[in-house]
Amino acid sequence: MIEQLAGSWNHIIVVILMMIGLFLVIARTNLIKKLVGLSVFQTSVFIFYISLGKVAGGTAPILDGNPDTLYSNPLPHVLILTAIVVGVATTALGLALILRINEAFGSIEEDEIIEAKARESLPRPKRPTGEAAE
Amino acid sequence: MGAAIITNLPALLVAVPLLLAPVSALLHSASLAWMLTLIGAGSSFIAALMLQSITENGVRISYHLGNWEPPWGIEFVVDSATSLTLVVMTGLGFIATLAARRLVSSEINDKDSGKFYAAWMLVSGGLFGLVMTADAFNLFVFLEISALASAILIGMGAGTDRRALVAGFHYLVIGAVGATFYVIGVGFIYAMTGTLNMGDMAARIPEAGGGAVLHVGFGFMVAGMLVKAAIFPVHIWLPAAYSYAPSAVSTLLAAIATKAALYVLARIVFTIFGGVPEIADIALSNVIVPLAIGGIFIGTVMAIYEADIKKMFAHSSVAQIGYIALGLGLTTPAGVSASFIHIANHALIKGGIFMAIGGFVAALGARANLDSITGIGRRMPITATAFLICGLSLAGLPLTAGFISKLYLVRAVLETESYLILALVLISSALSIVYLWKIMEVMWMQPAPVRSPKLAENPAIYLPLWIVAFGNIWFGIDASWLVAAARSAATALLGGGV
Repeated sequence: MIEQLAGSWNHIIVVILMMIGLFLVIARTNLIKKLVGLSVFQTSVFIFYISLGKVAGGTAPILDGNPDTLYSNPLPHVLILTAIVVGVATTALGLALILRINEAFGSIEEDEIIEAKARESLPRPKRPTGEAAE
Repeated sequence: MGAAIITNLPALLVAVPLLLAPVSALLHSASLAWMLTLIGAGSSFIAALMLQSITENGVRISYHLGNWEPPWGIEFVVDSATSLTLVVMTGLGFIATLAARRLVSSEINDKDSGKFYAAWMLVSGGLFGLVMTADAFNLFVFLEISALASAILIGMGAGTDRRALVAGFHYLVIGAVGATFYVIGVGFIYAMTGTLNMGDMAARIPEAGGGAVLHVGFGFMVAGMLVKAAIFPVHIWLPAAYSYAPSAVSTLLAAIATKAALYVLARIVFTIFGGVPEIADIALSNVIVPLAIGGIFIGTVMAIYEADIKKMFAHSSVAQIGYIALGLGLTTPAGVSASFIHIANHALIKGGIFMAIGGFVAALGARANLDSITGIGRRMPITATAFLICGLSLAGLPLTAGFISKLYLVRAVLETESYLILALVLISSALSIVYLWKIMEVMWMQPAPVRSPKLAENPAIYLPLWIVAFGNIWFGIDASWLVAAARSAATALLGGGV
């Protein structure tokens, strides 16, 4: 049992991180903490992929001309490079939205935002909507 | 030159919107950006129609990006199922773009319009790629392109209602969790099969010999797509997102966004896991069908108790997505083709309804709720009549497109002899008349408040709206094209092979 766990410690870490991340996303009311949770959750998946690509005894996948060299699988790493970019974009957009939420509601706590007088709209653009306004 | 364009159509369908987007972001003139978007949307529609005419007889186009042979390179596959979905999405996307000019100028600042249309094209291009790609990881990338751009578009509703920001944020977070679930699933399947190409996966999964890893991978992939398709109980992002987004965005998302995710769900279940029916069929009949029926009822009941018109129809979308998922869950050719028929008809119905609501909102200068639209049938007769036609189509009145959907769905359910499901479908259809009646009564039968003048209607909004309304009647009277296309789509999906 212990040996089995020790043999798959990478997966155990992935699962722990994943649960921490998902818990933060679901349970925190602070929007920044939610976003932190999302990042942790995504990172756990990155680690999962990267550890998938490791071949026991394999070296870095750079061709050295020797046909007997055992390489690790580079494909998962490349995929995760893409996923990291996507993750950064998600975080950036999330932070930008949080900034705007803070401007509009004066809070980034979800329960306070819900309590805020949500019906009060921000001003509409100045330009009239054409003849329809009259 | 012409031949080169035709052979590269699948790539162009994605590349053109994605390349036009940054150009549009640099434009300061709202009209120019809109023209550019219209050209992009129009050429996508033409490209989709050409693909449809090539593939309607069962031809399957396999496009190798950068000439890398699959399974090493990324492959785009267009068969009759893909091209039907594409025609629906590009067609409605084009009409939504036509109407967008007026709707956007009344809700978005002129200086932001260039960026707005850039995000608009990113959503479209991302969704077209999502539908065509046959590479499981590439699918995730397209999923996120369209999701990030949708979150931006939803958040842009903040100009008129600050709740749009929160809706956009929730959509972003829930969508990202869903997409990450999908990636986990792909990781498991990749570990089992060593490939990311869907066709390759499909061929190797039966050999991989079942096991827990396969089940878990399948579960994660499907769960991720359920979030994206807004199937009950993970639909919670949808009502807020659709109702606080700018009107033009509601139109676009309601018409095309969830449809793409539903199509991908079908691809995962029928194509990738088509070789292991013991996993796929059980998931469909024990998970998707109950969830679909749950969604139909929750969506309908929530719509009945809603006073805000946009939110009401957003809830109703949850119910309609349930009907589409139910058709897929039946796993019979009749059920799947009923699904495709409803994908097309629901895009027509909801596209029209949200466009009409956008017209009301633009004319009223306020949110449309049961109070503010009292008597609007007399104040804005042209828009309100088109709204009435789309509403009747939603209820499934004969001679409208919605009736064809219901007819084929009921026939498909009858074929499987599951009378409980049949009863539930009929009851929920009857319930949907409740909220539609509520609106129609307020709009047409109650007098407008005293001293409320006739509102000016803008042809830039009601002409595209009437195209959609006419489509609703056309496909209600002569559905032969749609039914034939949906049948061949079902054959392509269930026949195995990407």
